[in-house]
Amino acid sequence: MAFDSLSAFWVMEGHGPYVWSCYAAFFLLMIGLMVWSWRRRNAVIEACRRGIELKSGQQTQQAATASAASFTRVKVSQD
Amino acid sequence: MNADFRPALVLRHDAVGVLSAMRGVFARDLRVAFRQRQDLLNPLLFFVMVVTLFPLGVSPEVSFLREAGAGILWVAALLSVLLSLDHLFRHDFDDGTLEQLVLQPQPLFLLVLAKTMAHWVLTGLPLVILTPVLGVMVHLDGNSIGVLCLTLLIGTPVLSLIGSIGAALTLGLRSAGVLLSLLIIPLYIPVLIFGTGTVASAAEGAPVGAYLALMGAFLVLALTLAPFASAAALRISLSNG
Amino acid sequence: MWQFFHKLGSPKWFFGIAARLMPWLLAGGILLLVAGIVWGLAFAPKDYLQGNSYRIIFIHVPTAFLAQSVYVMMAVAAVVTLVWRMKLADVFVKSVAPVGLVLTFLSLFTGAVWGKPTWGTWWVWDARLTSMLILLFLYGGVIALDRAINDEKSAARAVSVLVLVGVVNIPIIQYSVEWWNTLHQPSTFKLTEKPSMPAEMWVPLLLSVLGMYLLFGWLACLRMQTEILLREQRTRWVKDYVLAGRG
Repeated sequence: MAFDSLSAFWVMEGHGPYVWSCYAAFFLLMIGLMVWSWRRRNAVIEACRRGIELKSGQQTQQAATASAASFTRVKVSQD
Repeated sequence: MNADFRPALVLRHDAVGVLSAMRGVFARDLRVAFRQRQDLLNPLLFFVMVVTLFPLGVSPEVSFLREAGAGILWVAALLSVLLSLDHLFRHDFDDGTLEQLVLQPQPLFLLVLAKTMAHWVLTGLPLVILTPVLGVMVHLDGNSIGVLCLTLLIGTPVLSLIGSIGAALTLGLRSAGVLLSLLIIPLYIPVLIFGTGTVASAAEGAPVGAYLALMGAFLVLALTLAPFASAAALRISLSNG
Repeated sequence: MWQFFHKLGSPKWFFGIAARLMPWLLAGGILLLVAGIVWGLAFAPKDYLQGNSYRIIFIHVPTAFLAQSVYVMMAVAAVVTLVWRMKLADVFVKSVAPVGLVLTFLSLFTGAVWGKPTWGTWWVWDARLTSMLILLFLYGGVIALDRAINDEKSAARAVSVLVLVGVVNIPIIQYSVEWWNTLHQPSTFKLTEKPSMPAEMWVPLLLSVLGMYLLFGWLACLRMQTEILLREQRTRWVKDYVLAGRG
């Protein structure tokens, strides 16, 4: 340990504000960037999933109406 | 005078050699420019006005102007070259001449080089010619003015060459002007540093040969590499449309 | 060899590899970085000239190092984009440029704060600081150009040209110390020489540099995955992946 006490570590012989503000900025930006990138990926996955579900929902609906239509369109012989 | 009339590019024949094709492109660009004289004058007016702003905005003291004069002139020259770059390919892009240029059998980078040289003759060279007058106005001594002109003579072609890459990259984009400046200014910084550094060391009476040689090296580097990059960028921008 | 090369060009293959690598990159990166920083902050001896303010070096050097080498990596990827039209290379350039911007900003910020107790001013127009500032502008230009072009393919190739033009700036950064020879101390690490600091100082520094590399790798993988998902959202495998993820 290069320092005698925790307060000495905190003050760093007057250089504390400089050192700690640097480390604060570093951790803030790095963690911010990492969290933001992570969330963005998850958001993209979520958006993809919604898009696919919406489309497949439409497809099943279309299929349903199509089958319904085909049902009504079945030609029953009139004779 | 009909400003819209623009001479066509006539280089269609395969038999046209590379050199005469380059000469053709060069001569045509000069002809086009002389038909639209206002475009020629604007960068020069801008140059003079920017230089005027400094004594008004900072200080008209002889000592300050003598100290900062070379830097002011260099920055003003840099900005006015930047301002004129938007026109380098824009008109040819709009009227389809550029597509023709790309389809020529001659290598595109040589034709781009010819175009860039024409751009320098139309903007960089007049700036150099105007510099002694402005140099006297900011109280530079004779020796410094001479060296300043020399650095601008070597430096402005570098500005045109590097700038042609940015102009080609931003061709056809929205807000191309601002983007062009953003892309190009960082690349101009070394030229600016050495340009003004040369004059500063001349003012101290130190020899400037080494500095001028370095600037010459910049010029050679830009001459050999920039046309390739601009040609590649032009192809990309044209395929974009 | 060629098979490997082709595989490398396949976004799907990369996506799987990245997913497997990422936990290791993240864990290793955090471990090394934290170890380097704790060692450097609390245990490394005080510098006899600069006092404790030198402890900023344990984040200043890693960010500056990465900021420059990320640009070089982007330049390599730019060559690959232009020559082989490999999709992944262009995904890399696009995803990594903002990370490079943040790292460059951090190295400038820590450098400025370090300068205050050491040189007595926040900012000196010294060669290395200035060229880092130019690097920041270059990153900004790359991002701005990428955002400005709508067509994905043109954007990739235009950005590649710009990155290659900008990489001419990197040697100027490296040799500017010798050219202008000003206030800034010479490079901390030289490949050919033994470092001039004692081992208790440079070992934690090395740890934090390595940690930053791994963390950068993690960030690059993550952001590339995002970009790949965006670009390939209509393909079968992305649909399968996305629907399986809900599971």
